[in-house]
Amino acid sequence: MARRAGGAKAAGPLSKVSVRVKVNGVEYSHEVEPRLLLVHYIRDVLGLTGTHIGCDTSNCGACTVLMKGPWGDEWRAVKSCTFFTPQVDGAEIITIEGLARDGELHPLQKAFWEHHALQCGYCTPGMILSALGFLKINPNPTREEIKKGISGNLCRCTGYVNIVKAVEAAAKEMREKGSWI
Amino acid sequence: MIPRSFQYVAPKTLPEVVRTLRKYKGDAKLLAGGHSLVPLMKLRLSNPQVIVDMRHLRPKLAYIKSDGKEVRIGALTRHAEIEHSAELKRVLPIFPAAAEWIGDMQVRNMGTIGGSLAHADPASDWPVVALATDATLVAYSGRTRRIPAVKFFQGPFTTSLKYYEVLTEIAVPKPPPEHGWAWKKFERKAGDFATVNTAVFITPGRDGRIERASIAVGAVHTKPYRATESERMLAGKVPTIDLLRSAAEKAAEIAEPASDLRGSAEYKREMVKVFVRRALVEACERANLIRPQVAEVR
Ligand SMILES: Cc1cc2nc3c(=O)[nH]c(=O)nc-3n(C[C@H](O)[C@H](O)[C@H](O)COP(=O)(O)OP(=O)(O)OC[C@H]3O[C@@H](n4cnc5c(N)ncnc54)[C@H](O)[C@@H]3O)c2cc1C
Ligand code: FES
Ligand code: FES
Repeated sequence: MARRAGGAKAAGPLSKVSVRVKVNGVEYSHEVEPRLLLVHYIRDVLGLTGTHIGCDTSNCGACTVLMKGPWGDEWRAVKSCTFFTPQVDGAEIITIEGLARDGELHPLQKAFWEHHALQCGYCTPGMILSALGFLKINPNPTREEIKKGISGNLCRCTGYVNIVKAVEAAAKEMREKGSWI
Repeated sequence: MIPRSFQYVAPKTLPEVVRTLRKYKGDAKLLAGGHSLVPLMKLRLSNPQVIVDMRHLRPKLAYIKSDGKEVRIGALTRHAEIEHSAELKRVLPIFPAAAEWIGDMQVRNMGTIGGSLAHADPASDWPVVALATDATLVAYSGRTRRIPAVKFFQGPFTTSLKYYEVLTEIAVPKPPPEHGWAWKKFERKAGDFATVNTAVFITPGRDGRIERASIAVGAVHTKPYRATESERMLAGKVPTIDLLRSAAEKAAEIAEPASDLRGSAEYKREMVKVFVRRALVEACERANLIRPQVAEVR
């Protein structure tokens, strides 16, 4: 079995690990190499390429998804490039593909469309999921709070003004509807 | 970027975690939130043979508890859980205030206070708060060892933890309700690590005097430090802006900043003076020792 150069006296064979995870409501179960990054699992194994890789260094937020649990964590936005896939065993994940319902766009998706909150669109999936995770914590934010809330997401095109407007508009619609997702 | 391959284990209990660490000697690394370790492994700056994921310990080691004397925070408590804790906002508001400015929302949603303390990045935030609040760090290895924060941080990315010890808790003495505090983090861009960060605690005494001052400074030395001489200058004194300014200048004498992307050594030393002064003024305002100051003075 592969032993590491430099000597893993005790480490033994590098075995695969099983993960079970629910993504956009669908249960998956796979054997993965532990070093497989969650963003690669989502894109390459599950084929959900709406989750993007921007910086690959935990800075840009393009890879953001929503995750819940399993260990006492509520729904929250996280950067999927900064996870080993086995860490999410037992978790639930929502990616951009999981937001629309019966062909109807989520209020955030609609608001991004209506307020021209994207140009090239590369940052958009991460931006929307960050905004959603943020609105879960703060459903009625000020503009300043929105700016701080999405500061983990970089957009190289829009200058952010329309993104902030879109999040503000979506927050209002979501409050009126009384639904979050 | 793909890390080198490794073996992954996720033990169910704390004793099992310790057994695993002992078994692999220095070849195993604990994984908490992963928001320092995963990036380092992707860059292959860290190449552990075995990863010991502590996720199953979350139910046991993520908590915020307070009694009459102490506030105790479990090592696996996430930055975001501290940021939003109503209890901490009431009894130890410096913790939520510091948490709010760590990285960005996604980083705070995953990173843990224990991971940050054990990682001991000289530019990170929790070590500075731990120092200023006279926190005790609790380590477990089959038995429990209590390490005062001043003895915990040894140098860049180096602590007094043994390879088989797990940091389980940070215990903070409860300050008197009338205490003044301030957290100042100067960052070059949103979400960045600090150029300078500082935590100040002021216990008010009689006749408008400072009974005790506690000042910790980070990001400008190989490890965060307490500005003990500045603290002595303030103890027993009625604070004036001039006195606070001199104490801040004294605190900058200890700094040995490195010139880097965030600024030259000279610039950073100046920033220590500015931010420690602002922190002292704010903490004294909160302790009702001075009247709220106009912006220029702060
Ligand atoms: C984009 C970005 C921005 C950031 N900005 C900031 C910032 O502004 N300020 C700041 O302070 N930090 C910042 N961080 C770091 C972040 O706070 C990390 O979460 C933290 O430093 C490490 O915590 P973790 O739980 O993620 O630890 P991990 O990455 O899991 O572990 C870090 C190290 O500590 C060890 N370890 C972890 N837990 C324990 C334990 N209980 N006992 C013993 N050893 C343990 C691990 O073996 C590893 O060596 C940033 C990170 C990113 C990715
Ligand atoms: S790809 Fe940039 S944060 Fe994950
Ligand atoms: S729309 Fe192009 S990066 Fe944001």
